[in-house]
Amino acid sequence: MIGFVVKRFINYAILSIIATLSAYVLASAILNPAARYYGRNPRPSDATVNAILDGLGVNPHTPVIERVWTWLVNIVTHGSLGDTIHNTSVLSEMTARAGTSLRLLIIGTIIAAVVGVALGVWGAVRQYKLSDQVISYGSFTILAMPSFVIGILLMILATNLNSILGIQLINFTGEYTPGLDGGWWDQFADRAGHLVLPTIALALTGAAAYSRYQRSAMLDVLSADYIRTARSKGRTRGSALVRHGVRVALIPMSTYFAYSFATILAGAAVIEQVFSWHGMGEFLFQAIQQSDINAFTGAILFNAILVLIAGTLSDVAYSALDPRVRV
Amino acid sequence: MEVLSELPVTDSPEATVPTKPGSKPASRSRMVFRRLRHMPRFWVGIVGLALISLWAIFGLAPNAWNPTDLDVLNMGSSPSALHWFGTSDIGEDIYAQTIVGLRKSLIIGLLAGPLASILAGIIGAFAGYLGGRWDKVIVWFIDLLLVLPSLFLFVLLSPIFKSLSWVALIFLLAAFGWMIMARVIRAQTMSLKERDFIKAARFMGVDTWTIIRRHILPNVSSLLIIDATLGVGAAILSETTLSYFGFGIQAPDVSLGTLLNAGQGAAVTRPWLFVFPAAILVWTVLSASLVGDALRDAVDPTSGVNRG
Repeated sequence: MIGFVVKRFINYAILSIIATLSAYVLASAILNPAARYYGRNPRPSDATVNAILDGLGVNPHTPVIERVWTWLVNIVTHGSLGDTIHNTSVLSEMTARAGTSLRLLIIGTIIAAVVGVALGVWGAVRQYKLSDQVISYGSFTILAMPSFVIGILLMILATNLNSILGIQLINFTGEYTPGLDGGWWDQFADRAGHLVLPTIALALTGAAAYSRYQRSAMLDVLSADYIRTARSKGRTRGSALVRHGVRVALIPMSTYFAYSFATILAGAAVIEQVFSWHGMGEFLFQAIQQSDINAFTGAILFNAILVLIAGTLSDVAYSALDPRVRV
Repeated sequence: MEVLSELPVTDSPEATVPTKPGSKPASRSRMVFRRLRHMPRFWVGIVGLALISLWAIFGLAPNAWNPTDLDVLNMGSSPSALHWFGTSDIGEDIYAQTIVGLRKSLIIGLLAGPLASILAGIIGAFAGYLGGRWDKVIVWFIDLLLVLPSLFLFVLLSPIFKSLSWVALIFLLAAFGWMIMARVIRAQTMSLKERDFIKAARFMGVDTWTIIRRHILPNVSSLLIIDATLGVGAAILSETTLSYFGFGIQAPDVSLGTLLNAGQGAAVTRPWLFVFPAAILVWTVLSASLVGDALRDAVDPTSGVNRG
C-alpha cells in the first residue's frame, strides 16, 4: 500500500514539475514584458529595458532553455521564485495570498465532498422517488451555472436578505471589513462572516458534481451480492448500506476527486475575482494582464502543488478503502 | 484512472430488455430510442433546447428594437411593455442584446462540443489501438493537460485569440475539451481490439486508419454522441466564464458572457440586467445536459460511474 502511494506520488510530482516548466515556456512565448516599458514616456532606451528584463530573468533575447535553467537553479540555491515586475519577491507575494485561497479551498472542498456524498447516497437509496428527483434536478441546475453566476446570484440574495432584515447580516465584499476595531474574536467573526458566501458558492458546484457521481457509484453497488450477504448475516439495511455500500462506492469517487480537483481550483480562482478577494486566483490573472512571467509561473506552481497534494490524498483514500491495492 | 479502464464494452443491450416473443429483434438505435421515450429528463431537455433554438432564431421578429438601437429616452429602465427585459445604462434594449448574445453562445457551444468529441474519438482510438510507446506518450500528455485547470491556460492564450476573430475561440475550447473522453475511448478501444472482427480485419491487411474509421469509431459512436451533447453545455460555460472576465468574446461582438459582465455592476440594484441573461444561460446549458444524461442512461442502462 505504501509502495502504491509512493509510486503515484512520484508520478504526480513529475507531472507537476513538467506542467510548471511548460507553463514557464508557454508564458515566455506569449507574454511580452518588454511592451510595458516601451509604452512609457519618455521611451527608455533599449539598453535600459534589456537591463531591467535581464534583472528579472525574462529577457526574450536569452534562449528559453537558459532562462528555465536559471529559474530552477534559483529555486534550488536561494529558494527564490524570482521577482515580479514590481520588483517584489514572487514568493513573499504568494505567501501573503496563499492563506486567503487555502482557507476558501479547504473549507469549500470539505463541505462539497461531505454534502455531495451524502446527497448522492440519499438519492441512490431513494431512486426515482421525489427526494431523488429534487436532488437530481437541483444538481443539474447548479452544474448549468458558471461559478461567477452562482457567486453573483448569492450576492443578490444576500443583499435582499440584508435589506429585509434591515441589518448587515452577511457581508460579502472582500476578505474582511477594513478598519474594524475590536478584539481577536471580533476580527475572527468578521472574517468568518465574509467567508460564508464565497465558500457556499464554491461548495455548491462541487457538491452537485460529487452527488451525481456518488449516486451512480452507489447504484452500481446497491445491486451487488455482498450487500445481500451482509443483510443475510443479520445486518440492518442501513448498516449494510453504510458499511458495505458507501465504502465501496467511495472507491471510484476518490479517483474522480483527484481528476476534478483542477476544476475546483479554477472555480475558486473565479470566485475570488467575483468577491474581490486578494488570493492566488487574482495573482494569476493579474500576472497575465501585466505580462509577468515569474509571477504567472509562481501561481501555476502553487496550483500544481495543490493538485499533487489532492492527488496523493485521494490515492491514500483509495488504498485505505480498497483492500485490493494493499499488495 | 483505473476506474475508466474497467469500462464494460456494451455488447448487446437487447439482453437487458425483454422483447415480445415473435417480434423482430429491434435495432440498437430503436432500443435506445424506446428507452429515451420513457425518460421525462429527455423530453424536458429536448423541448427546452427546441424552444431556446427557436427563440434565438425568431425572437427578434416581434421585438420593436434592434440590438444596436439606443433608446435615449429610457436609459437604465426596468422591464416594461416597451422594453421587455429593460434597458442598459446607455439605452440598449436588453431583450435584443440577449438574443444576439445567445446566438453567439449557442453557435460556439454547438460547434466546440462536437469538435472536442471528434478529437477525443480520434486521439483515444489511436492511443488504444496502437498501444506501446504511442499510447504511453498520449496518456502522459492527457495527464499533463488534466493537472492544471484549463481556464488558466485559456487566460494565458487569450492575448493571441483576442487578435483573431471569435471563431478562433471555438477551436480553443475544443482543444481543451477532449482529454477525459479520450481516456474513456482509449479504454474501450483496447478491449475492442481483441474482438474477432477487428482481428480479422487486421489479419486481412486492412490499414490502421481504415480499421479505426470503419470498425472502432462506429462502435464507440454512442459514447461520442453523449460526449458531444454534454460538451455543448461545457463549451458554453467555458465561453461565458472567459468572456465575463474579458478573455473571450471581445466587443463589439456580444455573447451571454459579455452581457453578464455588463450587467454585473448593477446586479444588486437592478437585477434584471444580470438575471435575464443568466436565466437564459442556465436554461440552455441545463437542457443540453439533461439530454446528454438521458442519452447516457439509454445507451448503457447498466453501468454507473464507469462512464466518463
